Amino acid sequence: MNDYLIIGNGVAAVGCIEGIRSVDRDGRITVVSQETHPVYCRPLISYYLEGKTDLARMQYRDADFYEKNGCRVLYGKTAVSADPSKRTVTLDDGSALPYTALCIAAGSAPFVPPIAGLDSVPEALCFMTLDDALALERATQTPKRVLIVGAGLIGLKCAEGLHGRASSITVCDLADHVLPSILDADSASILQSHLERNGVRFLLTNTVERFDGQTAHMKNGETIEFDVLVLAVGVRANTALAKACGCETNRGVLVADDMKTTVNGIFAAGDCAEGTDASCGQKRVLAILPNAYMQGFTAGVNMAGGTAVFDSAIPMNAIGFFGLHTMTAGVYAGEESAQVSENGCKKLYTKDDLLKGFILIGDTTRAGLYTSLIRNRTPLSSIDFEKMKKTATSAAFSSEMRTKCFGGVV
Amino acid sequence: MNMKRVYVNEAWCLGCHLCEYNCAFANSGMQDMASALKGKPIYPRIHVEGEDAITYAVSCRHCTDPLCVKSCIAGAIRKQDGVVRIDQTKCVGCLTCVLVCPYGALSPNENGVMQKCELCLENACGAPACVTGCPNRAIVYEEREEDA
Repeated sequence: MNDYLIIGNGVAAVGCIEGIRSVDRDGRITVVSQETHPVYCRPLISYYLEGKTDLARMQYRDADFYEKNGCRVLYGKTAVSADPSKRTVTLDDGSALPYTALCIAAGSAPFVPPIAGLDSVPEALCFMTLDDALALERATQTPKRVLIVGAGLIGLKCAEGLHGRASSITVCDLADHVLPSILDADSASILQSHLERNGVRFLLTNTVERFDGQTAHMKNGETIEFDVLVLAVGVRANTALAKACGCETNRGVLVADDMKTTVNGIFAAGDCAEGTDASCGQKRVLAILPNAYMQGFTAGVNMAGGTAVFDSAIPMNAIGFFGLHTMTAGVYAGEESAQVSENGCKKLYTKDDLLKGFILIGDTTRAGLYTSLIRNRTPLSSIDFEKMKKTATSAAFSSEMRTKCFGGVV
Repeated sequence: MNMKRVYVNEAWCLGCHLCEYNCAFANSGMQDMASALKGKPIYPRIHVEGEDAITYAVSCRHCTDPLCVKSCIAGAIRKQDGVVRIDQTKCVGCLTCVLVCPYGALSPNENGVMQKCELCLENACGAPACVTGCPNRAIVYEEREEDA
């Protein structure tokens, strides 16, 4: 009987479990979980603070998920070393677990910048896990002045989540615009104005030089008084265990389209893995939930002796703030076709007869049609792309394509 | 597993939008159509697209390998017995499903919570109201073979 070992208990682990069970009903599955919670929806932690969901509804799977899938979960344990030649992993409690196939789905960890005086800050938190959200909830029982370092996805979602709980929110970032990893300057300014209208204050091209208790001394000389500090400058893939196993790593654990690492019997999936970005053909860590699930599922199938390939991973994000929705996907390379207004934008990027990427703010109706063009590498000459530029609609497809979509089993 | 799905024949679609009204009524939980729909914006789970010569209705394809299920950040979308369903109590309205659905089959309801065709299996109709009410049989509910 096979011994499947999964390091991590997030969405990639769930994908892995479901992938294994689609092939092998009987093999033993052991999950090593650093957190003491069953799998939950991590991207919902800001919605939790906002009161849009609660702990029960945030569960990613039913309460009997592990039992139904015959999984043993070891909570509060960390894998510290491994011996791929003996196929064992050693935990922080000293116990050694054998495996036939191992999946490293260890996620990522917030990067804490070495800012002078950080130790003097009484309430400094990150915003990554459910425990972080619960700590922030406790820290904001009464309205507090919040300073968030980092205007990326995590920092801004945190700002939205804390909006009703904070007396003021200031966000600073070294970048010159918000969401620098997914927006360009003019699309970012639309979103920034919207956030500002909702009371979030920004200090861009600026960062904290040093902390002195509850005072942040900024690079431009300004000082900010705050009660609660949130550090959201970025995350790093947890690659230590993979490195110890001898797996090749870059920013993440390098994986092929079947989620195999460079070491026999070891797979990786989710935020710690670095696979191929189909929109540009390069290796990238794509730390988004859909990718985690699909990589996990692919790994699981292959661990159990099946054959699965996931070769259509692309960066993509659907992220809304105070009712204004933003969607982005792919890479912003090639020719730009842009419609920009005060309250929204649509930017499509095309190259070599392919849609490579897009940025939508405001109207996001049927955006999945654009995503699908990127993911499937659909030749734009095979559709009426001029029509598609105006609005995402299958009316731009050929009649034959539409018949397949709406008259066939898909 | 082969199962009944909603299929569209665009050559027969008149573009009358009746399917949208029948859908909105069927999912309103109300007894008569006038009080359910009259004078209100409607939020159907099926939409007529196209213009002039070509129109057709778009609703969930209940895909064999549904991207929305795998992508939902709230774990709110599942496929059970061949039907892709949303648990609206779990949905937070992030629109990730809209970002990934290749057909444009999901849309928010009046409260920003996502909704999609669930084949009228849970409402009073018991079978797709869009199909029952289509005057030209441009939408049918039947079993078809893969790669037909």
